Amino acid sequence: MCLAIPARIKERLGDDMAKVDLDGVLKDISIALTPDVVEGDYVIVHVGYALSVIDPQEAQKTLALFDEMQAAGALAAVTP
Amino acid sequence: MNNMKTRKAKLDIKSGRVNLTHGAGGRAMNDLIEVIFKDAFDNDFLAQGNDQSAFDVGDGRMVMSTDGYVITPLFFPGGDIGSLAVHGTVNDVALSGAKPLYLSAGFIIEEGFPLADLKRIVDSMGAASRAAGVPIITGDTKVVNKGMADGVFITTAGVGVVPKGLELSGDKARVGDKIIVSGTLGDHGVAVMSKRENLSFEVEIESDSAALHTLIADMVAGHGAALRCMRDPTRGGLAATLNELAEQSNVGMCIREADVPLKPQVVAACELLGLDPLNVANEGKLIAIVAPEAADDLVALMRAHPLGRDAAVIGDVVADERNFVRMKTAFGGERMVDWLSGEQLPRIC
Amino acid sequence: MKYVDEFRNGQLGAKIAASIRAEADPKRHYSFMEFCGGHTHAISRYGIADMLPDNVHMIHGPGCPVCVLPVGRIDQAIELAARENVTLCTYGDLMRVPASKRRSLLQAKADGSDIRMVYSTLDALKIAEQEPERRVVFFAIGFETTTPPTALAIKVAAKKKLKNFSVFCNHVLTPAAIQNILESPDVRELGTVQLDGFVGPAHVSTVIGTQPYEYFAEEFHSPVVVAGFEPLDMIQAILMLVRQVNAGTNVVENEFSRAVKRHGNEHAKRDVADVFELRKTFEWRGLGEVPYSALRIKDSYAQFDAERLFSMAYVPTPDNPACDCGAILRGVKKPTDCKLFGTACTPDTPMGSCMVSSEGSCAAHWTYGRFRDEDKADKNKARA
Repeated sequence: MCLAIPARIKERLGDDMAKVDLDGVLKDISIALTPDVVEGDYVIVHVGYALSVIDPQEAQKTLALFDEMQAAGALAAVTP
Repeated sequence: MNNMKTRKAKLDIKSGRVNLTHGAGGRAMNDLIEVIFKDAFDNDFLAQGNDQSAFDVGDGRMVMSTDGYVITPLFFPGGDIGSLAVHGTVNDVALSGAKPLYLSAGFIIEEGFPLADLKRIVDSMGAASRAAGVPIITGDTKVVNKGMADGVFITTAGVGVVPKGLELSGDKARVGDKIIVSGTLGDHGVAVMSKRENLSFEVEIESDSAALHTLIADMVAGHGAALRCMRDPTRGGLAATLNELAEQSNVGMCIREADVPLKPQVVAACELLGLDPLNVANEGKLIAIVAPEAADDLVALMRAHPLGRDAAVIGDVVADERNFVRMKTAFGGERMVDWLSGEQLPRIC
Repeated sequence: MKYVDEFRNGQLGAKIAASIRAEADPKRHYSFMEFCGGHTHAISRYGIADMLPDNVHMIHGPGCPVCVLPVGRIDQAIELAARENVTLCTYGDLMRVPASKRRSLLQAKADGSDIRMVYSTLDALKIAEQEPERRVVFFAIGFETTTPPTALAIKVAAKKKLKNFSVFCNHVLTPAAIQNILESPDVRELGTVQLDGFVGPAHVSTVIGTQPYEYFAEEFHSPVVVAGFEPLDMIQAILMLVRQVNAGTNVVENEFSRAVKRHGNEHAKRDVADVFELRKTFEWRGLGEVPYSALRIKDSYAQFDAERLFSMAYVPTPDNPACDCGAILRGVKKPTDCKLFGTACTPDTPMGSCMVSSEGSCAAHWTYGRFRDEDKADKNKARA
């Protein structure tokens, strides 16, 4: 379930709120569940609340996993 | 113009409101028409001051269309109920291939409606009519009790003339024909939704509300013989229109998601609300079913017009006795594009 | 859209699909259940079924909160909205769900009840603050993703000492539903339903983490891969499940590592634990009574509990006897097996839970996939 979408924190507002930017769509949402976010972080937004922060490194790793050739290459680069 | 001693009509535009006397046919109503409507729609027909207007009909078949406009909110980014009414009816006439000639406009106004808003709407309507070159030559005003109309309802009718030999119709799509859209989809619906309470998002999308008759005239002049039918994907969006046409022509359709033009903010807003852009209303776009050999030329021609810059071929008409509209998703699989029952509502799941 | 578009790359999708075809053992069948309605919707929306080999198929689970909400609860909401001064706020998903006697929230709104569609509990709170003379009730539904926003709304209402805000709580729990399915006779004893693994929910897991699934993986020898929502996530998760089945392992893997951590969101879990407690049992449409599967508001926040404030009594309302939703939700039957599918039961006239929401398996199949049934029927005719 749960329609939720990653959006970028544009600006922290007061009162546990923040303005997020999703490709030019701006919305004020609550960051009460992810209080430590900073501008530039990407959060998953569901019914007006940020539920979790996206980890950019894990995102990269996952993308590399999809393309296993790439992943194998990356692994080769890392392995001494 | 007026050579008699006329009492100067006075209306408190700034803070006045429409009341039942304005619709009663007496002096108050006359004042309303004089101050608000006459100048905004100014043309020789209306200047005659009659209940009807007579005009000559040229060669060719006459086309007539009518529409009711009940949109809320009345004002939205990129337009208002007035300009929408002009564009919508001009388009309905023009989509038959006809040259739109004249419009009529009937207003049903709710008691208590601010005169300033009424003037704003009527001025906008007048401007849209002038820009399109299609005058409003007759009209009517009624006022109803509070609660009986959402501010204001507008009904329009439009007439035009279609050249001999051009007979576009929704039942003329044939297997092998190409499906063309004139530009990005979903703009109007998203613009209007962004103004609805409780959805509160900010987006720089404006309604695409526009009069398409000059674009259509170019298409008819360039490749009239290759056009099977044209329709505008208003309520229900592209999905509803393609399904209607598929049923009318007893065919199926296959479109490609990757080729459907969409603005990134429209995609984002739809993702946020759980809507499918294919179901979202458009007010300044058209779908054309055309003979395959003319498709690329038509698209090039459309792109040369300001309202067709993002025109694209998005799919083909295929044989299908079940009249399904299918789509190859950008990801690779296939799915149906069904029409929705009722208006799409934002969802959480 | 960043973190969305990259995960919809069709070329990578094709590569992964090719791996699935190469690695799936042709001598056996693989059946995986995607629990979450959002995944059901994604599979249909992107046509992922087309990309899988014939011996790998997906069973659609009951993770659709609209689908599993009993009709009786909607009846209660409609009845509540008709009371004096009540403003009922609801998510859009519920507006058109048919309740008893052909009513719905949308119909009740047309009949004059003050029912308002909101995007967020924040909007409901705003209405309560701006309209102190109205008794604002928020119709809360959803799994663990949607529960923290409700908890926060109640806490904010408490902080602001709002006297006119309450919640009609229908929040349900994922692990309990998974357990119900795995323990059902069809799966456990009879073996009528072959279930080789689960695709774990995406956003529920951002809240509860991957840890709760470890019990299922072990106890029921069922691999679980928590997957993100985008089509690449889905198809990758299916590949990972195929690999686990082939290797004979049954562990919890986290494909959605960019948003899910093993322990989930501690803030969210804390807020939920502060405001809610378990109900001994709760009726799920299609599944019947499921123990410890739903939440109610704690005594400490009783003044925000609509059920107490308005003395709401629940009347269970049975579904149409010909409706096969229960079997479909548990994966025993497919939408096309149900006699009502496509005839009496369509998204316009839904008879049961699987058709009411766009995520329900019947609705998803009807809206996006029914052309395949007819394709198959044509193929069979051609062969005959």
